[in-house]
Amino acid sequence: MAIELKMPALSPTMEEGTLAKWLVKAGDEVKSGDILAEIETDKATMEFEAVDEGTIGEILVAEGTEGVKVGTVIATIQGEDDAASPAPAAAPAVEQKAAESDAPAGQDAKAKAAAAIAPKTDAKPAADPELPAGTTMVPTTVREALRDAMAEEMRSDDRVFVMGEEVAEYQGAYKVTQGLLEEFGPQRVIDTPITEYGFAGIGTGAAMGGLRPVIEFMTFNFAMQAIDHIINSAAKTNYMSGGQMRCPIVFRGPNGAASRVGAQHSQNYGPWYASVPGLVVIAPYDSADAKGLLRAAIRSEDPVVFLENELVYGRTFDVPQMDDFVLSIGKARIVRPGKDVTIVSYSIGVGFALEAAEQLAGEGIDAEVIDLRTLRPLDKETVLASLAKTNRLVVAEEGFPVCSIASEIIAICMEEGFDHLDAPVLRVCDEDVPLPYAANLEKAALIDAGKIAAAVRKVCYR
Amino acid sequence: MAKPARPRAARSPAKPAPSANAAAAPVQEPIIASDVAEEAAFALRSLQQAHANNKRYDASDEELLKFYEQMVLIRRFEEKAGQLYGLGLIGGFCHLYIGQEAVAVGLQSALNEGHDSVITGYRDHGHMLAYGIDPKVIMAELTGRGAGISRGKGGSMHMFSTEHKFYGGHGIVGAQVPLGAGLAFAHKYRGDGGVCMAYFGDGAANQGQVYETFNMAALWKLPIIFVVENNGYAMGTAVKRGSAETHFYRRGTAFRIPGMDVNGMDVLEVRQAAEVALEYVRAGNGPVLMELKTYRYRGHSMSDPAKYRSREEVQDMRDNHDPIEGAKAELLKRGVTEEKIKEIDKRIRQVVAESADFAETSPEPDMAELYTDVLVETY
Repeated sequence: MAIELKMPALSPTMEEGTLAKWLVKAGDEVKSGDILAEIETDKATMEFEAVDEGTIGEILVAEGTEGVKVGTVIATIQGEDDAASPAPAAAPAVEQKAAESDAPAGQDAKAKAAAAIAPKTDAKPAADPELPAGTTMVPTTVREALRDAMAEEMRSDDRVFVMGEEVAEYQGAYKVTQGLLEEFGPQRVIDTPITEYGFAGIGTGAAMGGLRPVIEFMTFNFAMQAIDHIINSAAKTNYMSGGQMRCPIVFRGPNGAASRVGAQHSQNYGPWYASVPGLVVIAPYDSADAKGLLRAAIRSEDPVVFLENELVYGRTFDVPQMDDFVLSIGKARIVRPGKDVTIVSYSIGVGFALEAAEQLAGEGIDAEVIDLRTLRPLDKETVLASLAKTNRLVVAEEGFPVCSIASEIIAICMEEGFDHLDAPVLRVCDEDVPLPYAANLEKAALIDAGKIAAAVRKVCYR
Repeated sequence: MAKPARPRAARSPAKPAPSANAAAAPVQEPIIASDVAEEAAFALRSLQQAHANNKRYDASDEELLKFYEQMVLIRRFEEKAGQLYGLGLIGGFCHLYIGQEAVAVGLQSALNEGHDSVITGYRDHGHMLAYGIDPKVIMAELTGRGAGISRGKGGSMHMFSTEHKFYGGHGIVGAQVPLGAGLAFAHKYRGDGGVCMAYFGDGAANQGQVYETFNMAALWKLPIIFVVENNGYAMGTAVKRGSAETHFYRRGTAFRIPGMDVNGMDVLEVRQAAEVALEYVRAGNGPVLMELKTYRYRGHSMSDPAKYRSREEVQDMRDNHDPIEGAKAELLKRGVTEEKIKEIDKRIRQVVAESADFAETSPEPDMAELYTDVLVETY
């Protein structure tokens, strides 16, 4: 029987890719380790190696094909036993469909999880009210928006430099710093050894010495090694020095759960940093906010923790084409106006909240969705104004429930919005467990649109 | 006084110096147990050699008088701080620099004040005084007053003067080492020719971030001098109880950072060593690691009864190795009059008395200061 070669997932978050080049053709003998094809993800071009021995039967996806979903059968290999048998007759499309429905439960769950974060929620957020009418919007990935923000600030301010693991020659572990080395050179785009505590401290010292460092953590999970400098050195020095010693630094990188990377690589540190006076904490969702707020963060005189999300990097949103597109820190945004209930969220949770709002609209519930964007200082005015209008509120947060941003929002609603509440505020957070690896358990542990919609129905007594 | 600063620990069982042809050596080869052999195994010793060849700085009388005056200022200031602590006027943690004066004075006298950066840990009063910062605002910070250098919001361990390029004053043991490398990085990035001097103790020398910093500082040839002030005790833990390698100046070897072993109780030896180190760093060769053997007479902090060492040990240091007495003896030997020295002592007592008076009488911070300086900008 022929062995099916499927489009491989070359990173934990890859959902599709481009089949850039075939290095074999039908009839070629291959053995394990031979390179069969080159596959481009949104991050890199990877080589696809053979695992099995045999003869290439048929190439089912031509080279140059874009958007090939992970798991699609792209070619077949004839084993020794069936070397002489003809190539499978089934049309690729049919075979692909079969392959999908035959997929094991785990893969199915993953496909569904992928669907939950798929592009349908991408383009929804309303335009930022601060924009002048008639501004041209350019579709941009969050990844590119972040890079553009850094590049634009580096062009206008010599003091700005980027430092971190694999930010320069490798072009960024998640390709966020792609192209910066080429434009700005190794003096300003600096690869560090794997030494988070050390380079976070060096960056902090450089900021104290008058520079404007942008320190990339490959993920914020690794920043726990460096948290002493973020908090004790960067956040507290201005106060402890009576305002003499500033620390204008940005610590940025992906935060929160990625996909199937297990408990040590899947945590949202938003609540941790947001609890510390002296820090600014930003967690954008879409491309325009990523760009406008990262530029604001780099310009700020204060230390900023800038929390990105790996699963959102590849999503495309409109970014206004403006020379000096900078957003205000500390301002939440109503991304979907509504009158019946308020859903407050941030980062990847905004996508789920918007998806839930669409579902609920079909049931006659008009939900308002607020993207906090900045976690510290928190824009409680926008939240309380919305609560005063809708009288019902749900907080959706991809993170642990205990001592969360959700807890904080609920406390604010109790302290300052009690008279407006028609129902208890509910929080929809991840389960209170270390994030598991198994696809079904992981899915069960994380928030999704369905869980948010269920909570909304509850506060609406529906 | 080229004697070692501290009583030597009993020698460990003798070991031969590592040698490539040790296996081929005759069986009857005597076991070598000298410091010379141990030294030979330490490769990055060119600066140490340069220092050994010319140990003491050739100070003019005027310079030596200045060093003396600065050391006396630190000593009297710290004695006064200890006294105010006892009266309840200073709170929290208060780490005194008494005994270690020659280190900050000798090293910082070689720096370009206001251009080269200095950073240290929580035992920071001496380094500030040695960098010309007004004793009044330091003492007022110790008493938690609005006129303090940090407006009363930092205290003993958290003081800064960006004007003097003194960057603290850091309470987390070892944190100042990467922060110092960041300051050095900024000097190099701007190409301003400045150097950073980053002080830390023998205790901090065991923190992991110190070695992360050594690696990057050497890799990027940052203009930084790492200074280990080895006062013999990490709080209550004697060096030999907490450190597998007690020769701290060798701890840069794995990162190709040259080390220097310096007697920190003689201000002229310290200053000469600084000259050697600075010449190397300013030439763009990257970092130097200096170990300054010194001694603190008081406890780790005001609340430390220092039961982990004998009274005799402390007394021996005071009697036989005191940096101020040493400088004074040198001045007298040079023919500087006793009156002139007494004049300095008197003037310094006056300066310290005034700083204490200022610190006691100036008001506490305005209540509004509680909420200022948390963030620079308004969002």
